[in-house]
Amino acid sequence: MTAVAALALENISVTFAARGADAAAYTAVRDTTLVIERGEFVSVVGPTGCGKSTLLNVAAGLLAPSAGRVAVFGESLAGLNRKAGYLFQADALMPWRSARDNVAIGLLYHGASRADAYAKADDWLARVGLSGHGHRYPHQLSGGMKKRVALAQTLVMDPQILLMDEPFSALDVQTRQLMENELLELWSADRKSVVFITHDLEEAIALSDRVVVLSAGPATRPIGEYAIDLPRPRDVAEIRLTPRFVELHREIWDRMRDEVMKGYVQSQKVA
Amino acid sequence: MKPLWPWQVLLFLVLFGLWYGLTETGILPPFFFGRPLIALQKVWEWFESGEMTRFSTSWVTIGHLWVTLIETVLAFVIGTVLGLAVGLWLALSPTASALLDPYVKAANSMPRVILAPIFAVWFGLGIWSKVALGVTLVFFIVFFNVYQGVKEVSPVVLANARMLGASARDLLRTVYLPSATSWVFSSLHTSVGMAFVGAVVGEYLGSARGVGYLILQSEAVFDINGVFAGIVILTAFALALDWLVTVAERRLLVWRPAPGETEPL
Repeated sequence: MTAVAALALENISVTFAARGADAAAYTAVRDTTLVIERGEFVSVVGPTGCGKSTLLNVAAGLLAPSAGRVAVFGESLAGLNRKAGYLFQADALMPWRSARDNVAIGLLYHGASRADAYAKADDWLARVGLSGHGHRYPHQLSGGMKKRVALAQTLVMDPQILLMDEPFSALDVQTRQLMENELLELWSADRKSVVFITHDLEEAIALSDRVVVLSAGPATRPIGEYAIDLPRPRDVAEIRLTPRFVELHREIWDRMRDEVMKGYVQSQKVA
Repeated sequence: MKPLWPWQVLLFLVLFGLWYGLTETGILPPFFFGRPLIALQKVWEWFESGEMTRFSTSWVTIGHLWVTLIETVLAFVIGTVLGLAVGLWLALSPTASALLDPYVKAANSMPRVILAPIFAVWFGLGIWSKVALGVTLVFFIVFFNVYQGVKEVSPVVLANARMLGASARDLLRTVYLPSATSWVFSSLHTSVGMAFVGAVVGEYLGSARGVGYLILQSEAVFDINGVFAGIVILTAFALALDWLVTVAERRLLVWRPAPGETEPL
């Protein structure tokens, strides 16, 4: 018998109600099942606009599914997912709080003492390489630094599940690879269960234990699952050059290409 | 850029000289346009005699400028607190907002000055009728800014705070309120100005003390120089208030990005 999965999305469908006279109800996700084991790093890839973020919002409890069940460590989810930390694609830091204040806020919400919260915040700022920048406000930080603060803000809460929505998509390639390596290092320290949403297949393969490919929207569903048997620890820049990586990439891309084309055609139609 | 203040001073002197020249030569009748030197003399007299700035615990003898200042500050503080509270409440409660929407619009579009007689009847000729008038002016500015501030909170920031475990109260304290306050601060110049307008107009319409009262008294005896003297004092005072607001703003909105801001090493 296997242990209970960290996160299980069971037959999830999400349909958004129609707004306006000529609009039809829009089904973003249809009948999707996705299971993330404890300590597993799973990437979800798919063409743009396929409902990846919708799926993640369901897992976070920010969005209630139209049908299906979300189970967190075996228990049905109602309301927000308190076991999960969420790293957003867009800027989610509070602009009126300094980096330190931003990292400490989650602990303060949970009733930690100020001394305790700020000690942990400083520790995490140091871990993401930002000690000495704690007094800065978000607008004084670069894009990469903001992401680091956001990562510290989420990880300081020590969530058992980490939900990441294209967190590095706005960064330049170099910063991105640095951040990916840092993420892997932080993750390998305590092996949280991670759901990593991305549209970048290379990023997905380099980081994950498993890659799930979604079909083009609307009515997205998983169409392929690939175990990534690359050895860890990995360096995201170097692993891209190994033959096994190339092989995996070709295999998954073959499956994805049609969907990307479909997604493209779909987006053309809407526009 | 070269400093502009010498030119600004020069422009002031030219305008003042023009006023002086036109009234002294009689091109503009001094009866209607006053005489600048006599007006300035009047200003001096008022300050010299202590009429303006005398400290006192009695409303009968306290300086006129203090009365106006106290009214302005009270109107600003009360109006801001009320505006914040009601703005937050309506922004976070769609039902209340929908219910009260026509009334808010009506109250805002009504010329609030016509309320002055009613306030005079309710609160008497003392400071409170002026404070009430100022509050009605300040309230709507703050209210609309808070309302906007709450509505404009980034949904991502909000979702992030919720995922980090914020309760409804935490959200109010750490997300809605700071966002709303930043909007209130950006309207600080307008709302302080409005508090001042409320005080002076209230005094002008009926009072026993204050700079507006002095203007009213001068007007009643056709002392046009007294009216101009009052205007000069009010203008200088308004500029001083505005400067104070600018200083306060700079200190309180440090987290706001300034365009092209760099940090000296």
